[in-house]
Amino acid sequence: MNAYFPFLKKYLTAFLMAPLLVFIDVMGEIVQPVLMSRIVDQGVQEKNLHYIIITGITMLVLSIVAIIGNVGNIYYSSKASVGFAAELRQGLFRKIQTFSFLNIDKFSSASLVTRMTNDINIIQNVVMMSLRLLIRAPLMLVFGVFMAARINSSLAFIIAVAIPVLGISIFFILRKSFPYFLRMQQKLDHVNGAIQEDLMNIRVVKSFVRESFEEKKFSISNNSLRDAAIKASAIVVMVTPVMMLVMNISIVAVVWFGGKKIISGTMHIGQLMSFITYITQILMSLTMLSMTIMAFSRAGASSKRVLEVLNTDVDIVDTPSALERSIKIKAGKVEFRNVAFKYHKEAKRYVLNGINFIAHPGEQIAIIGATGSAKSTLVQLIPRLYEVGKGKILIDDLELKDYSLKNLRNSIGMVLQKNQLFSGSIKDNLRWGNPGATQEEIILACQEAQAHDFIMSFPKQYETELGQGGVNLSGGQKQRICIAMALVKHPLILILDDSTSAVDSTTEAKIQDEFKLYLKEVTIFIIAQRISSVQLADKIIVLDSGKIVGMGTHDELMKTNKTYQEIYHSQQQKEGAVK
Amino acid sequence: MSKSVNLLPSGLPGHHGYVSLEKAKKPGMVIIRIWQYFGKQKILFLLVILFLLLNTAASLYGSYLLRPIINNYIIPGRLQGLLQMVVLLMAIYLLGVIAAFFQSRLMIHVAQKTVNMIRADMFCKMQTLPIRFYDTHSHGELMSRFTNDLDNVSDALNDSVTQIISSLITVAGTFVLMLYISPMLSLVTIVVVFAMFWLAKLIIQKSNTYFTGQQAALGILNGYIEEIITGEKTVKVYCHEEEAVDDFEKLNKGLLKKATKAQFYSGIMMPIMQNLNTINFALTAAAGGIMSIVTGLDIGGLAAFLQYSKQFSRPLNQISGEFSSFQTAMASAERIFEVMDQLPEKADEKQAVELVNIKGEIHFNQVTFSYNPGKTILKNISLKALPGQKIAFVGSTGAGKSTIINLLPRFYDIQSGDISIDGTDIRMIKRKNLRQSLAMVLQDTHLFHGTVMENIRYGSLKATDQQVIAAAKLVSADSFIKRLPKGYLTILEDDGNNLSQGQRQLLNIARAAVADPRILILDEATSSIDTRTEIHIQIGIDRLMEGRTSFVVAHRLSTIINADKIIVLEQGEIIEQGSHAELLKQKGRYFELYTSQFD
Repeated sequence: MNAYFPFLKKYLTAFLMAPLLVFIDVMGEIVQPVLMSRIVDQGVQEKNLHYIIITGITMLVLSIVAIIGNVGNIYYSSKASVGFAAELRQGLFRKIQTFSFLNIDKFSSASLVTRMTNDINIIQNVVMMSLRLLIRAPLMLVFGVFMAARINSSLAFIIAVAIPVLGISIFFILRKSFPYFLRMQQKLDHVNGAIQEDLMNIRVVKSFVRESFEEKKFSISNNSLRDAAIKASAIVVMVTPVMMLVMNISIVAVVWFGGKKIISGTMHIGQLMSFITYITQILMSLTMLSMTIMAFSRAGASSKRVLEVLNTDVDIVDTPSALERSIKIKAGKVEFRNVAFKYHKEAKRYVLNGINFIAHPGEQIAIIGATGSAKSTLVQLIPRLYEVGKGKILIDDLELKDYSLKNLRNSIGMVLQKNQLFSGSIKDNLRWGNPGATQEEIILACQEAQAHDFIMSFPKQYETELGQGGVNLSGGQKQRICIAMALVKHPLILILDDSTSAVDSTTEAKIQDEFKLYLKEVTIFIIAQRISSVQLADKIIVLDSGKIVGMGTHDELMKTNKTYQEIYHSQQQKEGAVK
Repeated sequence: MSKSVNLLPSGLPGHHGYVSLEKAKKPGMVIIRIWQYFGKQKILFLLVILFLLLNTAASLYGSYLLRPIINNYIIPGRLQGLLQMVVLLMAIYLLGVIAAFFQSRLMIHVAQKTVNMIRADMFCKMQTLPIRFYDTHSHGELMSRFTNDLDNVSDALNDSVTQIISSLITVAGTFVLMLYISPMLSLVTIVVVFAMFWLAKLIIQKSNTYFTGQQAALGILNGYIEEIITGEKTVKVYCHEEEAVDDFEKLNKGLLKKATKAQFYSGIMMPIMQNLNTINFALTAAAGGIMSIVTGLDIGGLAAFLQYSKQFSRPLNQISGEFSSFQTAMASAERIFEVMDQLPEKADEKQAVELVNIKGEIHFNQVTFSYNPGKTILKNISLKALPGQKIAFVGSTGAGKSTIINLLPRFYDIQSGDISIDGTDIRMIKRKNLRQSLAMVLQDTHLFHGTVMENIRYGSLKATDQQVIAAAKLVSADSFIKRLPKGYLTILEDDGNNLSQGQRQLLNIARAAVADPRILILDEATSSIDTRTEIHIQIGIDRLMEGRTSFVVAHRLSTIINADKIIVLEQGEIIEQGSHAELLKQKGRYFELYTSQFD
């Protein structure tokens, strides 16, 4: 709860006003039956028209006062719940922006999105609900009992029995149903998983003609979901008949004992009528309260998921001294000193181990190795997207920690393997890393990345709107725009993580020529699959299962390095044979 | 789950929402089709209605009994008779409780069985839809039919249907009894009910307007969240965090204003109706009191009448509350039926045959194909593959390589020309027989939840364990499988996430091997694998291809150099074909492609 306080601070008035106004509503409503009983007992029985009119007007006025309370309550509770949700959403978004890659990996994007949308929505609804029902129902209950007891304290024993009987029954029904709902949820997940799997594999299903096989498999999980659902619901629907039973028995008891009292002259008919009304109201409020609490407890899961994000320790943060000194990268020399890394502290094996090398400004460093040899991991350590485990990385002879994240990353241009484009124009995208970039800078970067020509071939050129994820571009076009995006930042260190895989070899060669020409001062890291993409590099690092197994130029490695030779031959294979 | 409780809807926000943004276009049709789904449950459903009537009647009559009880027993002081009446009242109420019990119990069966059948039908439908359908509909879109839409239908069946019926009957019954007790006094209720309707209409109008605004703003905001969070890593790499927070703040503020109003108007409805009911109660009490004195309305009648008027708003509130979820459910059901009404793959021709002992000779004769009219993907493709030959397709992205090989299993039907296997037009072969005679290995590895053994056996359900192992050995997958924690019985979860990309692909290839087809199709089977691993897999593939006609699309030319025929495609047309050596000599497009990969 404390964690939420900062987000509801701004709406504190609304949070306080809403319950207060419910109070007015309850007061206006709860006295109605008593006044009604007076109309019957003192007005009708004594034929006092004047009294009836006066009391009627009082009832009317009170119910209008109740409207004011009610509308006010809804006004403030909408304000409070929506406002709180907005603040919370904002806080969550802000928090996620500070996440390191490790934090993001831990949650997965899809789950973060659900937390920011669905979960917050559920919380908003629950807040709205609690500001009304969670307060109204107990008030109605308490005041109902009070009023009923005032009418006739000896009849109140019926209420004293009914409340615990009903309360305990509902409690047991709900508690019993809970594990069944959990089981149902599991079965549902199972069914949805099966559908998802079938959707993904539809071509396989069709090509092996396994349609009826899949249908049979599905009907098993589908039927067991049905059975689980029936079991779970069968328990929970008991609440209604049980409530009816308790309420009806109470009413019958009131009629019998009350009737006897009236006959013996210790009670009036109007009082009996209002007593019945109160008892109905009390038991309804009790049921409402228990259902509300149940809905509330279900929102607990959402709340937990939101808090999990808010309470996450961000593992990569600026040190105060780095912020204060605000050093900027000047040259772009990169040095790895005995670097080791693993994603999780508990993991036994290091993903990268014993990495040592120096990259001087203006050098091109290529990294090659099989899938899973941790090439991407290695370069992602440079902009501190992940934190080094052992050893250190130095840029311009200072440790990464000595730079603020902003200064560090602003000087590094990086194209991720799964780099994304965002909706907006091509120009908007290009300005992402450098909002102040001029038109000329942008065009220059695109020319270097061999993107200018195809961009100009679009009817709207740089103003072309991209769909989400840049869906309207081909793979190679996307990659070239991403490279241009990195170049617009005027980086001192440029990292390309397999970012020309969809670009054809001729264009790739042109891009590399441009780099040689215009990025003479920039330290460039290139990860690639093809030998042809790396053979001109100043230094090639051969990675195998997280270790450097070779380092040197193409010619050196061809002579000395077995892994490199293997990669080379795997790509040249059979060529000689046919020629 | 709370929704299964009848009492609940008279006040829980979140559940209600008097907003019906979506409406079924043809509600009548939807109802008829759902009714058909009730199927065997029809009798059960009629029983539900019967119990519902009993339940409602019992509760209405129970309240009415107050009149004679007060008039004839309490006021005259007849204790003996009172006892009898109380027993009668108890009996009626008990009857109501029992009816309520059966009503809800039986309805669960009707609802869950119906939902179960709809879900099963939808799943079966999915199996029959053509691949083209999956090209044009995202998985997410289809999943939401199964999850959101089916949930809505299920909720409506669980609650809304019986709730609406019972509320309608309650309102009608109450009103009739009110008129019976005192037509004059009923005037008060009539006036208030009119006021209720008028006010409700006003509120709904307002609420709809603001809700549309809120939904639009929410849609934009959620879209932004999804885009940024999914691309969060890119955001960090470009230091775009601050801008993102600013943009988000703007969108979030835009939503705040609209959402507050939408919440207010949709939340205000029920409380206001409750208040109006209180006013009704107050007016009725006063008017009833006056009438008692002036026109001699009996006290018992007044008591029963007041009892009715106190509860009058509840069914009304329920109807309006449930009606909106009912409407949502109708719209959802319509979307579900939309999927069910999609045209399945064309049925086999009447004269379609089953090929036996396929040799594997394939002809493409002047084949032209387009996904959408006007944009031809393949033009005049003619080619011939002799039994056992390996045919490779090369060309740049979008040249139509994958399209060609997807025509063979009839994932798509061609517009003109013909494709034949052993001289029989594939349109004249039974689809099942056609597909069983070929096996495909695709670029994306597709595995199912289950053991390694089961995954390979997917290729031929009849295969014995020995046959599965033999197939794995053939494609050199056996050695790595044996090294898995439980060997062939290792369970693959999450699409085989516990295996490497290369291992997953080997299982796919083994699956094709166990099917033992005459024709083999490999669509970029090794593209997402690094070159060293590829060599290893290629050995398995080559062994599998021996003696089978194979169509291969490859990303890296090294894997297809030994093909019997290489076909070079450009913009949907064959521009060159021949063996590797022949094509190199031509110094054409193939030469260009080849040398750029191996310079």
